[in-house]
Amino acid sequence: MSTITLASKRRRSALRTAAFMSPWLIGFSVFFAYPMLSTVYFSFMHYDGFRPPTWSGTKNWTYVFEHYPYFWPALRNTLWLVLVTVTLRVLFGLAIGLLITKIKTGTGVFRTLFYLPYLAPPVAATMAFAFLLNPGTGPVNSILEKIGIPAPGWFNDPAWSKPALTLLFLWGVGDLMVIFMAALLDVPKEQYEAAELDGASGWQRFRFVTLPNISPIIMFAVVTGVIAAMQCYTQPLIAGKVASGVIQGAGTQFEPGYPEKSTLTLPQLIYNLGFQRFDYGSACVVALVLFALSMVFTAFLMRRRGGLIQAGD
Amino acid sequence: MTQVLDRPAQLTPQPVSAAERSARRKALLNWVAVHSLGVAAALFFTLPFVFVFLTSLMSDSQALSRDLIPHTWEWGNYRRVFDTPGFLTWWKNTLLYAGLGTVLTVVSSLPVAYALAKFRFRGRNLSLMLVISMMMLPPQVVVIPMYLFWAKQLDLSGTLWPLIVPLAFGDAFSIFLLRQFLMTIPNEYLDAARVDGCGDLRTLLTVVVPMAKPGIAAVALFQFFNAWNDYFGPQIYASENPGAWTLSYGLESFKGMHHTDWNLTMAATVLVMAPVILVFFFAQKAFVEGVTLTGVKG
Repeated sequence: MSTITLASKRRRSALRTAAFMSPWLIGFSVFFAYPMLSTVYFSFMHYDGFRPPTWSGTKNWTYVFEHYPYFWPALRNTLWLVLVTVTLRVLFGLAIGLLITKIKTGTGVFRTLFYLPYLAPPVAATMAFAFLLNPGTGPVNSILEKIGIPAPGWFNDPAWSKPALTLLFLWGVGDLMVIFMAALLDVPKEQYEAAELDGASGWQRFRFVTLPNISPIIMFAVVTGVIAAMQCYTQPLIAGKVASGVIQGAGTQFEPGYPEKSTLTLPQLIYNLGFQRFDYGSACVVALVLFALSMVFTAFLMRRRGGLIQAGD
Repeated sequence: MTQVLDRPAQLTPQPVSAAERSARRKALLNWVAVHSLGVAAALFFTLPFVFVFLTSLMSDSQALSRDLIPHTWEWGNYRRVFDTPGFLTWWKNTLLYAGLGTVLTVVSSLPVAYALAKFRFRGRNLSLMLVISMMMLPPQVVVIPMYLFWAKQLDLSGTLWPLIVPLAFGDAFSIFLLRQFLMTIPNEYLDAARVDGCGDLRTLLTVVVPMAKPGIAAVALFQFFNAWNDYFGPQIYASENPGAWTLSYGLESFKGMHHTDWNLTMAATVLVMAPVILVFFFAQKAFVEGVTLTGVKG
């Protein structure tokens, strides 16, 4: 025991840490650091995957910002999803979370039913909604017309395609319901009792007891929701494809963002530029824009003051 | 309405005060209101499943009509989906991607999460911040260099290996979630193991793993579902080779093959959704715990 010096002990502890961390150290270098640097490099190169890459300066950047017809519509749609969909999803998730804490009979059954849609695989869920909301024979419009409400064109109408997507995301609100439910049940009962003694109304109890207690969780839901909205890829793509009647594989060209670019999002542009037009340089420019946006929100999430994710002890 | 609500009060032998009666009535009304809202919400969440399921059982011609309920129950639609060329291959590929990927993720992420939660070393907070950044990174951001790496240098496009192999090197979300879970294990247990002469690896395997079972189960489920649901990954790496397609990717082309046959498309949709929902029923507790954990302070 006495032969182990402090220095050798320290070396052993460093080795131990390196050994445990090694999978991630490799993963971080090969699947994050290297491709990030490489993305920056390619954003200044002209590269089509066949001829060797050549330096092109800021050409890709000016192309994406000034001439690529899909960039600004996609950015606008992504911001629309960030603002409208995330807000509605958080409000709806909170409402459903509140509802489930008030339900006293059959709570387990209700909770499971509310949660299930969140699990539906995105491709399957989007296909299901494309069918439910299809203007011709879809059950939703059949029912709306029976009641006498004018039926919208949903995924086939540029003004309604994003609201239809929002409806799909509201359906899958189960993740938020669960975290709000947990947060609401954690609010100390004594605070409600004290408020009641003071004669606070239902709304006042919610405003002055519930909200302050769950505000970190609301913040968490907003920030993770924003990040998820910026990554939104599968649902708008599938919705556009199914609604336009064009499905890949038949050799037919799909008009990105059908109808009228209204379902185009930033991640779709990377696919469009990189894997359909083989303009890897411009695809990397869009990737960097997406990266910058995500990092801004991640930094927001990690701010210590927010108390959302605390580093260390 | 009032008569019905009054009945319980009349059944009690002693006359109740007016205040108590009104409080009871209020509670009952409240119960009815909350549960009606609950039923309305339940309809919103379940009706889409019901309509999809009903349509999957319609005949070809009825699926094109506006009917909501099948005239004849065509269970054969499901057989027709299974007979579609490729459908069973998609199942096999999805199980390989989801199964092997999940095992690799857990095995590679656990030691990293343990080090981040319980070791003290310089750069620990920086590492954690980098893990969180990776977790938030949209997969599309690095896809161009990654595709070039797998396709041009390793010649592995047309397979699922570019999606499976990286999972052997830790998955950021799983590391983060496991770390959150391991933080809740008191250090006394680890110290006790150390006093008993356990090495770090043995402590991890014999003390930490049994205590972290719920966290590991949650991570495994998330990863399994992620792979099952992944569309972008197979689209990038496997689209050129139908032999490597997964269910999520194949489902879309299925719609293409059966262009107007909503009944068959919906049957296929049910078959893609069903396993996820079945797994959920068997592992509900672990899953809900995992979702909660991601929102809990570390």
